[in-house]
Amino acid sequence: MLTEIALYSDRLFMAAVGVYVLAMVLHGAEYAARRSAPAVLVGAGDTDVEAVPALSAPARHRAERNGRMAVALVVLGAALQACSIIARGVAAGRWPLGNMYEFTSAICLAAVLAWLVVLRRAPAARPVGLFVLLPVVILAFLAGTVLYAQAAPVMPALQSYWLVVHVTTVSASSGLLLVPGVASLLYLLRRSGRLPALTVKLPAAEVLDRLAYRTTIIAFPLYTFAVIAGAIWAEAAWGRFWGWDPKETVAFIVWVLYAAYLHARATAGWRTGRAAWINVAGFAAVLFNLFFINLVVAGLHSYAGVG
Amino acid sequence: MRTALVLLFLLAVGALPGALLPQRSLNQGLVEQYFADYPRLAPVLDRLGLFDVFAAPWFAAIYLLLMVSLVGCVLPRTLEHAKGLRAAPVAIPRNLGRLPHHGSGTLTVGIDEATERVRGRLRGWRVAETTEGGGRAVSAEKGYLREVGNLVFHLSLIGLLVGFAAGKLFGYEGQVIVPTGGGQFCNTGILGYDTFRAGLRVDGTDLTPFCVRVEDFTAEYLPNGQAASFRATLGYQTTEDLAAGSPDRWRPYALAVNSPLRLDGNRVYLLGHGYAPRFTVRFPDGQQRTGEIQWRPVDPATLLSEGATKFEPPGITDDEQRRTSQLAVTGLLAPTSSGGQVVTSVFPALRDPEVAVDVLHGDLGLDDGRGQSIFQVDQGKIDSGELVRVARANLVPGQAVTLDDGTVVRFDGVRDWVSLQVSHDPGQLAVLVFAVLVLIGLGLSLSIRRRRFWARLTPAGDGARTVVEVGGLARTDRAGYGEEFDRLRADLLDSPTAPKGS
Repeated sequence: MLTEIALYSDRLFMAAVGVYVLAMVLHGAEYAARRSAPAVLVGAGDTDVEAVPALSAPARHRAERNGRMAVALVVLGAALQACSIIARGVAAGRWPLGNMYEFTSAICLAAVLAWLVVLRRAPAARPVGLFVLLPVVILAFLAGTVLYAQAAPVMPALQSYWLVVHVTTVSASSGLLLVPGVASLLYLLRRSGRLPALTVKLPAAEVLDRLAYRTTIIAFPLYTFAVIAGAIWAEAAWGRFWGWDPKETVAFIVWVLYAAYLHARATAGWRTGRAAWINVAGFAAVLFNLFFINLVVAGLHSYAGVG
Repeated sequence: MRTALVLLFLLAVGALPGALLPQRSLNQGLVEQYFADYPRLAPVLDRLGLFDVFAAPWFAAIYLLLMVSLVGCVLPRTLEHAKGLRAAPVAIPRNLGRLPHHGSGTLTVGIDEATERVRGRLRGWRVAETTEGGGRAVSAEKGYLREVGNLVFHLSLIGLLVGFAAGKLFGYEGQVIVPTGGGQFCNTGILGYDTFRAGLRVDGTDLTPFCVRVEDFTAEYLPNGQAASFRATLGYQTTEDLAAGSPDRWRPYALAVNSPLRLDGNRVYLLGHGYAPRFTVRFPDGQQRTGEIQWRPVDPATLLSEGATKFEPPGITDDEQRRTSQLAVTGLLAPTSSGGQVVTSVFPALRDPEVAVDVLHGDLGLDDGRGQSIFQVDQGKIDSGELVRVARANLVPGQAVTLDDGTVVRFDGVRDWVSLQVSHDPGQLAVLVFAVLVLIGLGLSLSIRRRRFWARLTPAGDGARTVVEVGGLARTDRAGYGEEFDRLRADLLDSPTAPKGS
């Protein structure tokens, strides 16, 4: 019975990734239609964007419909993924955040949910969806393939309610931070004026910047809480609340980078471009902490379950 | 601000080698391995302190400078904010239309009622009212808690650092291996520990006395050998118990991973466990000696263990003869043996123990004055021929091997041991309190917006109507004050005659 539920969980996960990919395709179609006139084939991207004639009404309608369908699919994908995570917890008989497959999946879900909330508040940001889904799909693909681990109980050190508090908030804040990471990158691209064919249909630079800032100021306190919860747990499990374990060290670096981002936002001359770079660096450090530290560096946090 | 930014960067970059290079504080063995792998590079890195990043003076310099810059920034801001809290909201600008948020409209009420209405909408704001010619001006400001949160956040960071430092100065951490079945450990001095890491201000004379006795240890494993739970049954005596002098009263405690025993500012943790085989040697003259000392796990998955149990022959008075006729039983212990010719362990629990041992005879080097590992015999003594292998055997409990001189070495059985850690950190409660304050301060400073609102009321139409101009300004970065302002404006100017402004 439990193995069947585990199987359902895996299938739901695959379905969710499939739906995300489909949503990406639709987002892409919307994007391509926005980019070029209906007569121009997708891929003939060297058309001077400024000179592109306005879309004809049916084409605009089609693009709009694709975009809406894409968002609907993202909602569906998130629902499927949430079910997959719940089923996983039932199958393993524990909180479903016990190995790297599971928390990468949770990070993807958190990123998608954060994105949907952003989209609800700022519908004009929809073209960004393609670029949010891209890293999500890559992460989910890695989770489902190289990082995959069977549903199983966890070792004694992980058997604590702090697992629920710490790992859930870490995954949620990491997922949340993906959105500003992507938005800042797009902001930099948009501002630099490079790849105009790609970026001209994005929302205005200021919109991207604001999106990045607003998501970061929600994710950063959550991340701070997650680190503190981790320290409280470490005190109970390892005998000290902070020991500069590699994971802890990089978590500290991530924290310092986002603190620097917030400072940069209030510093003349750093407010725009440089702040965005720091935000991108912050998310890069989050990914580094997730992959490199878990898989390459040996430490107390070696719970990847990849072997 | 710029200084803080640069120092934050330095802090992030400076901490990075702490994650990428092996650190002495975490794993001395990996550092030695690094020296062996990169004999040219490692000494250079070592001179830069890169194997002890978090104890390095340059790292301390970065965070201390950051703290200095923080104090230099936050103290004046605290004073300024304290002054600002008492001051009235800023006077109304001459031209409200120039503000990022503004609007105007006409209310069909007199100026007194209109003023009441404006003030009524501004509950929770700090409000000041002035008269301007025949009209009135209302200034309002809200969100003072933002700066309070900001200051609390920064000041708490200092508190956090001080608490952390107190822990490093006055804390200590010691590990000890205790056999089950009544093995005792008392926190009376450094010598009781196998390893002891003292804080800079700890000399080991002032430890809080308490005792623990390990009654029993149980480990549960899944069929695949993964550990499911570890639990040690303890008895303990607190400082008061010891002072009261009732040595036979032990308070029970079930020690488990994630569930340390907390007493008198000390915590006792269950770190690990392993096995201690017991060997009995019967010498040709009939005398017996029993040795039981912990062997160390070499494979964490199957708990295959290695070690050396050392014996001195009894009843020999001649030093030279005593020195050269020592015995050691050394080799591997499998808690669940595969049963093959070569002993390997297939499961971590003690189901079917077997040892594969060499019995060595000769000079163990115990009298050399050099310390030696309790898990190994001195390889130098074997190489020099002073220590000779006299038997090799695979034994299950009860089996024995007889040496040429008639000595019998018997494998009696296996006992569990647990590895305990005692931690003392007087700063950690302060760190927790300040960490919570950091979080609260951060939450306040990021969620609350500091914003200003002004209204200028001018009587019109022989006092029956009032023209209201409103303006708003957010004092914080990209604050998204627009929606709230629009709501306020709509609320205030909500009358059919009120034209929509922007």
